[in-house]
Amino acid sequence: MRKLLRFLKPYTKETILGPLFKLLEASFELFVPLVVAQIIDVGIANGDKAVIYKNCLILVALGIIGLICAVTAQYFAARAAVGFASEVRHSLFSHIGKLSYSDLDRAGSSTMITRMTSDVNQVQSGVNLTLRLVLRSPFVVFGAMIMAFTVDPTSASVFAVTIPVLSVVVFGIMLVCLPLYKKVQERLDGITGSTRENLTGVRVIRAFCKEQDEVNTFEERNALLTTVQNRVGRISALLNPLSYALVNLAIVVLIYVGALQVDSGDISQGEVIALYNYMSQILVELIKLASLIITITKAIACGRRVQSLLEVEPTMDVPEEGENPPQPQGEVVRFDRVSMAYAGAGDVVLHDVSFSAARGEVIGVIGGTGSGKSTLVNLIPRFYDVSEGEVLVNGTPVKEWSAERLRERIGVVPQKAVLFRGTIRDNLRWGNENATEQEMYDALRIAQAEEIVRGKEGALDAPVEQNGRNFSGGQRQRLTIARALVRKPEILILDDSSSALDYATDAALRRALREMPDAPTVFIVSQRATSLQHADRIIVLDDGEVAGIGKHDELLNSCETYREIYESQFRKESV
Amino acid sequence: MAKQKLSAKQTRKTLATVLRYLRRYRLHIIASALLAAVSVGLTLYIPIVIGDAIDHIIDQGNVHFDAIVPLLLRVALCAGIIALSQWLMSTLNNKITFEVVRDTRSAAFRRIQKLPLSYLDTKPTGEIVSRVISDVDQFADGLLLGFTQLFTGVLTILGTLVFMLTLHPLITLVVVLLTPLSLFVARYIATHTHDMFKKQSETRGEQTAMIEEMIGNQKIVKAFSHEDEALRDFDEVNERLRKCSLKAIFYSSLVNPCTRFINSMVYAGVALTGALTVLSNPTAFTVGMLSCFLTYANQYTKPFNEISGVVTELQNALACADRIFDLIDQRAEVAEPDDALELVQANGTVALNNVHFAYVPTRPLIQGLTLDVAPGQRVAIVGPTGCGKTTLINLLMRFYDVNDGSICVDGTDIRAMTRHSLRRNYGMVLQETWLRSGTIRDNIVMGKPDATDEEVIAAARASHAHSFIRRLPNGYDTVIGEDGGSLSQGQKQLLCITRIMLCLPPMLILDEATSSIDTRTELKIQDAFARMMKGRTSFIVAHRLSTIRDADVILVMKDGNVIEQGKHDELLAQGGFYANLYNSQFDPA
Repeated sequence: MRKLLRFLKPYTKETILGPLFKLLEASFELFVPLVVAQIIDVGIANGDKAVIYKNCLILVALGIIGLICAVTAQYFAARAAVGFASEVRHSLFSHIGKLSYSDLDRAGSSTMITRMTSDVNQVQSGVNLTLRLVLRSPFVVFGAMIMAFTVDPTSASVFAVTIPVLSVVVFGIMLVCLPLYKKVQERLDGITGSTRENLTGVRVIRAFCKEQDEVNTFEERNALLTTVQNRVGRISALLNPLSYALVNLAIVVLIYVGALQVDSGDISQGEVIALYNYMSQILVELIKLASLIITITKAIACGRRVQSLLEVEPTMDVPEEGENPPQPQGEVVRFDRVSMAYAGAGDVVLHDVSFSAARGEVIGVIGGTGSGKSTLVNLIPRFYDVSEGEVLVNGTPVKEWSAERLRERIGVVPQKAVLFRGTIRDNLRWGNENATEQEMYDALRIAQAEEIVRGKEGALDAPVEQNGRNFSGGQRQRLTIARALVRKPEILILDDSSSALDYATDAALRRALREMPDAPTVFIVSQRATSLQHADRIIVLDDGEVAGIGKHDELLNSCETYREIYESQFRKESV
Repeated sequence: MAKQKLSAKQTRKTLATVLRYLRRYRLHIIASALLAAVSVGLTLYIPIVIGDAIDHIIDQGNVHFDAIVPLLLRVALCAGIIALSQWLMSTLNNKITFEVVRDTRSAAFRRIQKLPLSYLDTKPTGEIVSRVISDVDQFADGLLLGFTQLFTGVLTILGTLVFMLTLHPLITLVVVLLTPLSLFVARYIATHTHDMFKKQSETRGEQTAMIEEMIGNQKIVKAFSHEDEALRDFDEVNERLRKCSLKAIFYSSLVNPCTRFINSMVYAGVALTGALTVLSNPTAFTVGMLSCFLTYANQYTKPFNEISGVVTELQNALACADRIFDLIDQRAEVAEPDDALELVQANGTVALNNVHFAYVPTRPLIQGLTLDVAPGQRVAIVGPTGCGKTTLINLLMRFYDVNDGSICVDGTDIRAMTRHSLRRNYGMVLQETWLRSGTIRDNIVMGKPDATDEEVIAAARASHAHSFIRRLPNGYDTVIGEDGGSLSQGQKQLLCITRIMLCLPPMLILDEATSSIDTRTELKIQDAFARMMKGRTSFIVAHRLSTIRDADVILVMKDGNVIEQGKHDELLAQGGFYANLYNSQFDPA
């Protein structure tokens, strides 16, 4: 949490001035009982109306100054809090941009989204409240005590006893309740989970006639929640009554001591009233403080989560700007005895993989689920680092490339076809910022996506909704292929990206790719043997090991795994 | 959750429902109200007693201790009673709130179990969850705390008025005239900041959408080295949000200082008129009374500030209540007839007689489908997306009821038997796998809770799930999170198949049951499937034509109708839609 506070630095002025004005306001408030004492002791006792008028005017003046101070304080606090939150969001966003794929896998996108939205909002209101109120309440409490001492030290000793006792009560109850609140939240999460699970699995639950069991589980969890809620409720309900009783007992003692002091001529009647008023102010502030602590504890918890995301160190070392990128030679991609294990996952996903791909070659990658196909192609743009061996692009190890230079020559079409909000043109520009309309249409034509664009009103300027949900799966897939082609890549990676295309479109796409001028080196990952049949070479993966490399016909003869895959898809024909 | 205003009629209806829920607690509520009255009354009484006491402290040597001590003891006694009644009141209110929440949630959950799928399929999961969780919380908190605050607030105002009037009517007038000002100020600020808040939440929404899109797809952002552009766009929205948040937060935070300012004006007014009154008539209006009045001036204004907040809270709570009761009052599935039949062990004759069905009345889907399936037959259903394959399964399992015609199992209309007994006779594996949070074993034994370890392992071996389960950290006792957690789609599908392998019901429904399993593993479980399907009526939906070639009858569906029906070879020979579909798979590229 403390490290987060550095984001307040640009707002140092506001962070100091906010509480300062708040304290000013509070100090003016502390004068009020003294002014009232003047009215009673001087004005009323001497029958001096002028003193009464004067002091009432002072009350009005104190009110006005208080208002001005408070408004100023609110302004600075709001400025600091809002500015702080905006800095935090900026840093989070840019920090996430620096994380590597493995870091992203570990953090999880839904977590990152919550951190950036609701957690930051909570921290913002926490900062705002802290700046406004956290200093104020203790200040008023102790200020009232000090003022009481200036009025009469003997009577004020009552304050000196009451305040520690009250603090023990207030903080004691808070300390007991805070862990219980956490428990309430956990149990609430439990029943939220139950409800969601039940809705997503409704068909299975009904198919297995599990409705009654589900109700029983839910009610059990529900009852557990109520139990802990009741427990925390009973304890926290003590807070107000106890502090009220304590303050009133203190008032009783205070007035008695005050009476003794008046009797012995040390203080006046008006001063007793002033002491009484100070005690009442303390009560009001303590109750405010208690509710404030709950909000701030929540904000601190959120702040910790935000902080922990910021503390995720990017695990990949990427050179800032590499030397002049070497020109593509004969060999574009080379894997040299590559092994790879995901961070924290233990077993290797790829083991001792070696091969090389020449310019313009079409390489197929095939294998069962979990055989390491996607991992293999993800190593080429250095989305992950290898555990052993080396991956070279254009003869240079990928670790020596700057990320930008390396990735600008690779077109990636991910498994999940995602488009972004904006227009089709905006999306294609992701591939190449400066693409001309002609270049865009060329890419669309190869990707078999031209008629999608032509069919839309506004053509390239047709709107794309969030995640591209106004396009069908097949349309999205073809558009993401076009997006990768717009940058005229030297290497094109299709990661199982034709799975949503029908066979005819898939075939047309592959034909168009081959006919491209300056044809890129293409990696096609697929489960379908038909999609790879005509590749220059096919890499067959089995549980992370290369089971064979070669052309379709060769593999059918030489590679057991390939034959099994092929036959499972063409059982009848192969016999 | 968006705030919504309800119409007067709806509000009345919702209120009536709320009151019905609260009826059980009427004794609690009456007790709580009495305690509130006691505590408010005594709270207002204490300043008077203290004022009296102060009047006995005049000056040096002129302090009447014999009068002061009993007065102070009375204060102590009152404070004790107040503390006790406040605590009891809070405890009672908590009890009512928590139990109403608990009961409402249970009622909602029970209702969900009985709701027709036509309702659940059309409502987003998140929306129903938020009704059951956050709406219920807001409703209970808002309504009950709102009522308590409103009740004590009004009592305090009335009580203070009465006490002040008995003390001095003229000064009371000062308080009464000045206080409503703070209400006006609060209102004024609220209405004028409304637009700023709207702007803020719109901009925040825009930013959240952007965060979801960019962070959710960060890998693609990185693949295209788009980080800098994304950050630039983000900063632009971020800066706009900063500006409009600042406005909204600052202007709305003015309410507090402004009402406090008006309070201090009231205070000054009371001090002035009070002091002058004491001067003109010291016997009728004492200094102690003035002190008491000053305390009241502070107390009187507080509930006013609170009440304006309470009203919005109550409106919001009612809107939430309305959403919950809308869920609870949804019509349940058609009730089973009293003499509903228990289908014990179906022999597997399934007949569809002239079935008509539509999800939306204006868009008929299945029209006049007739089909006779003999016991033990294997029925494969193929066709393009949206042709009605999944709908047919919905009807067979009676997730939906037919609009017209009938479906019979063993010669009995399925609407004449209990849903449970019908569904127990089917084993279903869907394309969309669903696993519950719990252990692997919990998930497998769903259909047969009393299965022995040997049976579970045998089923897992049959479905080829045993080898991957064994490699998990705790084997069959490995706990998996909501929706399967870290398991791959294929592994989840294997577990769903294991479930069926374990309980082996007389009829099977396999909807793309192996779509995520790679073809080699699939081939290996085919044998197990074949053994399982022997003697069992089965319905199989698949994209992969290779998996359905051996079916006894293939239904080719298009636009809700069966357009071709027959064995694989017959259909190929017909050269129709099926033949086309089949050949396209082997179309040379």
